[in-house]
Amino acid sequence: MTPFDIRGTKRRQIKDRIFSGFVWALTFSCLIVVFIILFYLFEKGIGSINWALFTKGPKPVGEFGGGIANAIVGSLIVVVVAAIIAIPLGISVGIYQADNRGKRIAERIAVAVDVLQGIPSIVIGIVIYVWIVKPFGGFSAISGSIALAIMMLPPVIKSTEETLLLIPHTLKEAALGLGASYYHTVRKILIPTGMGGILGGCIIGVARIAGEVAPLLFTAFGNPAMVFSIFKPVDTIPKVIFAYASSPYEDWQRIAWGGSLILVVFIIILNTIIKLFENKWKVQF
Amino acid sequence: MKNRWRILENKIFVRWLTIVSLGTMVLLLLFFITLFVSSWPAIKANGLGFLWGKTWDPVNNHYGMYPFLVGTLITSFLSLIISAPFSIAAALFLGEYYPKGVIPGIFRNVIDLLAAIPSVVYGFWGLYTVAPIVSKIELAFHLPAPGVGIFTASLVLSIMLVPYSVSLIRQVISMTPVNLKEAAYALGSTRTEVITKVIIPSNISGISAGFLLSLGRALGETMAVTILIGNSPALPHNIFSPSYTMASVIANEFTEAVGEVYTSSLIEIGLLLFVVTTIINLIGRLIIKRAIA
Repeated sequence: MTPFDIRGTKRRQIKDRIFSGFVWALTFSCLIVVFIILFYLFEKGIGSINWALFTKGPKPVGEFGGGIANAIVGSLIVVVVAAIIAIPLGISVGIYQADNRGKRIAERIAVAVDVLQGIPSIVIGIVIYVWIVKPFGGFSAISGSIALAIMMLPPVIKSTEETLLLIPHTLKEAALGLGASYYHTVRKILIPTGMGGILGGCIIGVARIAGEVAPLLFTAFGNPAMVFSIFKPVDTIPKVIFAYASSPYEDWQRIAWGGSLILVVFIIILNTIIKLFENKWKVQF
Repeated sequence: MKNRWRILENKIFVRWLTIVSLGTMVLLLLFFITLFVSSWPAIKANGLGFLWGKTWDPVNNHYGMYPFLVGTLITSFLSLIISAPFSIAAALFLGEYYPKGVIPGIFRNVIDLLAAIPSVVYGFWGLYTVAPIVSKIELAFHLPAPGVGIFTASLVLSIMLVPYSVSLIRQVISMTPVNLKEAAYALGSTRTEVITKVIIPSNISGISAGFLLSLGRALGETMAVTILIGNSPALPHNIFSPSYTMASVIANEFTEAVGEVYTSSLIEIGLLLFVVTTIINLIGRLIIKRAIA
């Protein structure tokens, strides 16, 4: 083929156009799917959002009405307790990882964290069932929280580590040089400076666990009654969606749509907070 | 006095950091040990036949997980194949065509929204939108048309995999050395040629690792699949058949399982899932780390 082969060039250009067209079309179809799903959720869910959904518990089969007040409270308990467990542990590992960057031990721990993130959530549920539910004789909110806390650890660890690595060494050295102990340097200098990034990681973690059911099936289990104790089984919003999803009762389906909408809106708000503040929170010097 | 307390405090803190960090590795080890010990009764009772036994009949104490293995593999690979063109296209769009700018930034956030929707909501949505459509296709082929089955589960699962694969592949292809690309452009290549002859071949290991990690995710995906797969312990006849995956059989039967061997057999399935996803993750991360570094 000579450089003057116009037809060959034309053909290559047409090929290029077609390929780009495919890339555009496939990317756009991804976006369209997002909108179809969200539109459908809003359309189905918005009609079932009413006062009773937030204030009433479930009604027996056949009775109209009822809500998911107990599941909302249950979800809050399970997720908040999980966050209380996971955040201090996650931040601690993140600090250790940032300090030992490049050492073999830190690399091994990083691999362990990656593997932890990849474990199917249902397997975490089984393990917590064996560790906590079986020996203590029953399903409980706290066992669900522990399962979710394990799922929440990896994002908290990673964002803490990444944030701390952005902080210049000089800042740490200045604090240590003034006679501050390592503990004080971390508590008074490193954590406050990296607060934004660490907080972002915690929010990502909460967004990750808020919609999980699989690890809760054998731990927090479910409970139609309103419960405020962490030692009793509780309902959670995603669990209610799962239970009602394939039910033949239209009223239950309606409640499940409402629950789905609440859950998705909550998670999208968390994600938006992260995206909006991502740059503001980044450590800058 | 105060000084001594500060030294002690510091020592405790350093100790705490070390213990907690090593704890993550111990946690994984404990996971494995717990699963192994709890599935020992099943391993003893079922032997190796567990893997290719074709009947799952807890009432008569027959435990063979072959149907679940087949269901899991077909569902995961099918969803990976369906999502692959979309993932690669979106990754090229965001990583190569328009790596910067406001509108691509919005696109990226919109695709990330797919990751924000919980698995159970995908299942619920799929049951009311995707399943009826699949049911019509089944009718057209003169098949039984329950709507739920392997194909429906794979379709919905493929949507769930997109954000994950896109972010992994985009990362990999955006690391392509600029001089390689520029050399190809300087020789008169079109963008398509740069992509198919430079970017994809030079990143092929990273891209495969991205798909491998997505596969790991698909294998363990539970809730959406449990709602959509049709829950049938029989061997599937075709891709529309209702089936069962390893994760969904655990989700459905674990709390109702009576008897030591039954529960333990379900835990053995969990052990297999754990081992397989761990291996996939280790290999995938290793390749990606090499590709990016």
